[in-house]
Amino acid sequence: MQDQAGRVAAIVERFRGVEGAALPILHAVQEALGYVPAESVPMIAAALNRSRAEIHGIVTFYHDFRDKPAGRHLVRVCRAEACKSMGSDQVAQGFEQALGIRLGETSPDGAVTLEPVYCLGLCATAPNAMVDGKLSGRLDGTKAAHLAAGLQP
Amino acid sequence: MSALRIFVPGDAGALAVGADDVAAAIAKAAATAGVSVDIVRNGSRGLYWLEPLVEVELPTGRVAFGPVSVEDVPSLIAAGLFEGRGERLFLGRTDEIPFLKAQTRFTFARCGIIDPASLADYRAHGGGVGLMRAAALPPAEIVAMVAASGLRGRGGAGFPTGIKWKTVLEAAGARKFVVANADEGDSGTFADRMLMEGDPFSVIEGMAIAGLAVGATRGYLYIRSEYPHAIARMKAAIATAGAAGWLGPDCAGTGRAFDIEVRVGAGAYVCGEETALLESIEGERGEVRAKPPLPAHKGLFGAPTAVNNLVTLASVPFVLSEGPEAYAAVGFGRSRGTMPIQLAGNIRYSGLFEAAFGVTLGELVKTVGGGTLTGRPIRAVQVGGPLGAYFPPALFDTPFDYESFAARDGLIGHGGVVVFDDTVEMAGMARFAMEFCAHESCGKCTPCRIGSTRGVELLDAMIAGREVVKNAALLEDLCDIMKFGSLCALGGFTPYPVMSALRHYPGDFGLAPAATAEKEIATWA
Repeated sequence: MQDQAGRVAAIVERFRGVEGAALPILHAVQEALGYVPAESVPMIAAALNRSRAEIHGIVTFYHDFRDKPAGRHLVRVCRAEACKSMGSDQVAQGFEQALGIRLGETSPDGAVTLEPVYCLGLCATAPNAMVDGKLSGRLDGTKAAHLAAGLQP
Repeated sequence: MSALRIFVPGDAGALAVGADDVAAAIAKAAATAGVSVDIVRNGSRGLYWLEPLVEVELPTGRVAFGPVSVEDVPSLIAAGLFEGRGERLFLGRTDEIPFLKAQTRFTFARCGIIDPASLADYRAHGGGVGLMRAAALPPAEIVAMVAASGLRGRGGAGFPTGIKWKTVLEAAGARKFVVANADEGDSGTFADRMLMEGDPFSVIEGMAIAGLAVGATRGYLYIRSEYPHAIARMKAAIATAGAAGWLGPDCAGTGRAFDIEVRVGAGAYVCGEETALLESIEGERGEVRAKPPLPAHKGLFGAPTAVNNLVTLASVPFVLSEGPEAYAAVGFGRSRGTMPIQLAGNIRYSGLFEAAFGVTLGELVKTVGGGTLTGRPIRAVQVGGPLGAYFPPALFDTPFDYESFAARDGLIGHGGVVVFDDTVEMAGMARFAMEFCAHESCGKCTPCRIGSTRGVELLDAMIAGREVVKNAALLEDLCDIMKFGSLCALGGFTPYPVMSALRHYPGDFGLAPAATAEKEIATWA
């Protein structure tokens, strides 16, 4: 925890003097720690001269920011219209069945988080998913299950 | 002898279908064969059904192969890929591919052709001419040229760019800003992403011209977090442009300062709305502001701000270098110039098709797009993203233009066209529109925040067959309130997909076709 506080303090310091620094700070905290710990909110609030409630409001507004770490692997399945038109329902099901969790859940052992994403901008190679930052297009249920099977626990 | 140049796109859409592996396999095979190759990771040409599209540069021009998988590489090389010959997957000269040849590429002229990491390559292909011309002009003349081109906002609102810039130029302010909106959240759209990855200097050039035109000293480029490749590419390009003197305290030798900073979104669709986007850059919740005041008067940090879509800004260098007449010479009615139309979803020839306004929806999805990828009949086409209307084949004669789509209760939005075959269930798509609105609503205004949730409930009831006629009337009433009572386009336009689905596909909602159609005309025409 002490280490965490130190890292947040260093990040806050890095953005001193930047106008509208809240999002860049929150992105940097999440990148460093994997999530935005509740304990970091008062530190960010103090640095930006804002109330804790305001920072909490900002953190919770944006879908990207997590209040607890994601699984060791992160699978994001596009659920928007272009991917739906090419069968993203089957892709989502393929991941769900292979991983034994539903969209929006993390496996009990903390290995994988499966979540929806609304458009990766790959609408001409639909349906798509992003697995640990790597993009995969033209998927189907079988390929999704194959990608899921390739994840180390 | 210089190395053979081979192009394997580094565009995210190409990466998603294996371009990295293909590039590695070609490099390895070349080393084995003792052929000296220079593999350029270009952007995409926008022919996504052919990605990964590999091109080989010959003295006579570039020839293409695609779609190439890593397993294809040995046989392609055996068939003469290094000499620009082939049979299977060989497409001949790239610029003769009909899908490309039929386009009018103004904004995407260089995308997929140049090495996006090279400013020298950008300049060798005509880049930078617009900025140098702008640097020699008084701000009002730059604005006048943009106004004369007829360029309108490509984010969807279609507001004349020249008028917006004139307002910012004439607004009083100790400092002013340019904001490029690359929060491209609409499903079915990828023009911003493709351009940032394939021709990043055109974005920088457009922003710098805007800065000189309106008197701004700083530009913010707001990119959604779902685009990590575009973010990295733009950050690198901004550093390169700064080192070359295009940005910084002496922007393009004008003695005036202009810098660009990338800001990254955080997964909120509503931040694509211009005032929510400004709030987000300021470090606030992405809640929509009431207008007036317009951002042009009181925008970022309270200063006069030109907020433009990324494609709009990247269209400006052409206007400056080729002249406003050349841009305005093509188009349809009040929609001048070209639109990068993005053909996506269940379509055979998927990709980006930049064309003059006026091409009909039917030509786009059938002639250009080749119908559905599944080979089944087209049942619905959603135009303009998740807030755009569903068009049935009966309306395929609609010309692609702001006014023509508005006249048919639709919108062209950012140019996304998503095709669905006859397996689509339209009540489910209408429900999805309401669900998406509920998920993404910023919560500031009641019609959007509450209305979207009530809409999901009504559609659930209709899908379950409960009081369908009564609930359809309620749904229409609700959509009316959302359309006219919401602060921004999220709540205001969600009725478009919902009502178009209800109007054109009443049977999917358990309604008798004729009765609903008549009622529709009465209330929504």
